[in-house]
Amino acid sequence: MTPPHSQPGIDSAWAVLSLGFGATEAWTLATAVLCAVGCGVVGCFLVLRRLSLLGDAISHSVLPGLAAAFIITQSRGTIPMLAGALVVGLLTGFLSAGLSRWGRVSEDSSLGVVFSSLFALGVLMITWVARDVDLDPGCVLYGLIEFVPFDRIGIAGLEVPRAMVGIGVMLLVSVTLIVVFFKELRITAFDPSLATTMGISAAVMHYGLMGVVAATTVVSFEAVGSILVVAMLVAPGAAAQLMTDRLHRMLWLAAGVAALAAVLGYGAALALNTSIAGMIATASLAMYVLAALLAPAHGWLPRLVRRYALSLRIAREDLLGLLYRRYEKGQAAGTEAEPLAEAAAMRALGGGMLSRLATWGLRREGLAEVRGGGLVATSAGLSRARGVIRSHRLWESYLARNLPLPADHLHEPAHRAEHFLTPEAVEALSEMTPESVDPHGKSIPPASRGE
Amino acid sequence: MDQLIRLLTLQDANTRTVLLGTTILGGASGVVGVFAVLRKRSLVADAVAHASLPGVCLAYMVVGDRSFAAFMLGALVMGLIAGGFIAFVRAATRTKEDAAIGLAVGGFFGLGIALSRIIQSTPGGTKAGLDGFIFGKAASMVSTDAALIGVVAAVVLLGCVLLFKEFRVVCFDREFASGQGWPTLLIDMLLMMLVCVCTVAGLPAVGVVLMVSLIVIPAAAARFWTERLTPMVLLAGVIGGTCGLLGTALSATLPAPQSGLSRGWPTGPVITLVGTAVFVVSLLAAPERGVVAAWVRRSRLRRRIARQNLLRAVYEHLERGGDFARAWTPAALEPGAVRGLPAARRAGLVRASGAQLVLTTEGRAAAARVVRAHRLWELFLITGASLATDRVDRDADEIEHHLSPELLAQLEARLAAEGRLPAGVPRSPHEQTAGPAGAGVVDS
Repeated sequence: MTPPHSQPGIDSAWAVLSLGFGATEAWTLATAVLCAVGCGVVGCFLVLRRLSLLGDAISHSVLPGLAAAFIITQSRGTIPMLAGALVVGLLTGFLSAGLSRWGRVSEDSSLGVVFSSLFALGVLMITWVARDVDLDPGCVLYGLIEFVPFDRIGIAGLEVPRAMVGIGVMLLVSVTLIVVFFKELRITAFDPSLATTMGISAAVMHYGLMGVVAATTVVSFEAVGSILVVAMLVAPGAAAQLMTDRLHRMLWLAAGVAALAAVLGYGAALALNTSIAGMIATASLAMYVLAALLAPAHGWLPRLVRRYALSLRIAREDLLGLLYRRYEKGQAAGTEAEPLAEAAAMRALGGGMLSRLATWGLRREGLAEVRGGGLVATSAGLSRARGVIRSHRLWESYLARNLPLPADHLHEPAHRAEHFLTPEAVEALSEMTPESVDPHGKSIPPASRGE
Repeated sequence: MDQLIRLLTLQDANTRTVLLGTTILGGASGVVGVFAVLRKRSLVADAVAHASLPGVCLAYMVVGDRSFAAFMLGALVMGLIAGGFIAFVRAATRTKEDAAIGLAVGGFFGLGIALSRIIQSTPGGTKAGLDGFIFGKAASMVSTDAALIGVVAAVVLLGCVLLFKEFRVVCFDREFASGQGWPTLLIDMLLMMLVCVCTVAGLPAVGVVLMVSLIVIPAAAARFWTERLTPMVLLAGVIGGTCGLLGTALSATLPAPQSGLSRGWPTGPVITLVGTAVFVVSLLAAPERGVVAAWVRRSRLRRRIARQNLLRAVYEHLERGGDFARAWTPAALEPGAVRGLPAARRAGLVRASGAQLVLTTEGRAAAARVVRAHRLWELFLITGASLATDRVDRDADEIEHHLSPELLAQLEARLAAEGRLPAGVPRSPHEQTAGPAGAGVVDS
């Protein structure tokens, strides 16, 4: 696996550093990680500004620019390629914006028309010149990262893959631009109109971003191809956006997600003996799906769990309230509380799994027990219920005093508010309420001692 | 050329079926594309197309042979999964639709590339012909494949015809449709399903990467020619069919580059570029919405405005002497007004008289009309809108070129009712000074 022209010393150092990897594998992985991080960080701004599809379009349409640069210069030099791609990348932006403005074509259709046409043109140009070069239509789609380590140049005494130099430099440029223009980028990403009023040119920011995306696409092109770069641009940013609400944290997270996707994708590709770029794109998508399902802040499952936990708490408090009212009625009549039949409890809570879980939980925690064919609150349950009832009745008193609501309109809002009143709010309400009974004449339980 | 003609005149049975298949396919894509474009779902179609590659690969892995029907089924399933993914992300997360589409395009395509590489490294894997699915290779299609494509496309067409009313109402006013009790979600899903089927059917001919062009371009091109849905659908169908037919024929007959790996032109890009050509022609030449028509309209208006500004400047210059047949020089006018001079001379409103210029009879009448419109509007602004006298000149300047004869008649009627309608050309309600562009005549 030793490349034809390598330096044994450095390669073996690499081999040690990379835990038994060959130097080739290490270089490939390093290139993949750098490429993924570069795309991921830039992509955050595409995701935030809802320009992902423009990124998609640009990564498709740089192809004719590359082909033209090749045909003109007859070489695969980085500078002409970069220039060609930048021109066509910006052209994509101009053309699609122009089509939707002057041709009155809808935005998504104009993107579709422009990038598919340019891409088709690029494929044909490459097919035309493919006779005598190693640019073939397949590699423009999924890149040739496997061959990246064999084309090296010497930098500071180290034989570095040529593609990696471009990718590294571009990453440095993007990071520098992001650091320098962080404030401007942040404002344009979150509040474009505010940015305009503050004198930040929307057009400069827009086309600047387009330029960076086009350049990133070009340097990544050789390694991962044009279509897979879309996944690497969008996935890390979209995943990071689900994990945090702060921009700088999002950028770090995106870089981490991108690097992880690169490592995982590379590993999977080795294990399955298949396309590295393809697996990195797949891993990026998988990371996004994981984030979408599991991210603590905005993931689907945590949100579901939070919502369910809230519903469960409300069901439990409602059930306790019901039991407390029965106890109260019993006290007034001088009898025991009338047990609440299981079926009646289910009906009152709306039935289903949630109600069953609420009942089961109360019994398990000793807040309620089965006695005389139904549920009855234990003394622990009663003291817990007192807090809920207290919130409820204090809120009713407050509403009755401050809003001209009829007496039969007090229960519903109080029933909703009782679950959300903080202890401080209840304290403040009780200070405003001199009387010890609610508007219906029921007594307001005192604050439980020990709290 | 001979070969192209031979192809298009359908002399070979296999070619005949292939061309017929791609033509029907193009027509169906164009028709279903109209709804996708109007519903702003055209790039979802792109994601669905890209996602069908892993579907094809998985189908090959399961069946273990090149079975066209299995490929289509696999692609359809994966396409629907991608569509479902986008819908889920849109509905259940904070990620926006654009990012979801980008993710689906890149991620699923990456999976497809990885799977196809695995297949190609297995013995006999290269025979799967998966490469042809990326850019399309109509040349490698056999007539049974083409027949299947034709049948699927025909089914899509039939679906569009049957659901025409439903699609129309969802495309134009989804909220209204829901309010009226249409099952909009179901209709949306059916539409995406048809797009998906059509995309999948197009894979062997056009390829995953460029299938979106066959959906979007005919619809976008047809949109330039008409404002009505039915003609648009028909036109898009015809354009799509033409793209399919011409693109396939061209890619098969153009002199092929002799590359080692891929012999011949890939069909997809050629079909796309035929579509692009139709689109560009539509963009430029369409009578109402075309760029050329719009440019002609705008420049005609500009010329009219310049001519009218000139006439008014001349009129106001001559007014002081009271003799409108008097000769004048352009130097006496404000520089801005002189711009309309060539157009006015061409229209026979101004002619040379020695070194100087005079208004012709028509020119005098036209100038009087222009000035009358300007001053009537000024009068209206002063009396009707209570604007200060020194403000009206500027406002009238902007509107005088756009006053229709009907509006002028109404204006006259209104001023007459108030007893303020002057006979002939009214006197200017304000001082004639070096005013804004077009109005100014320097006091001498």
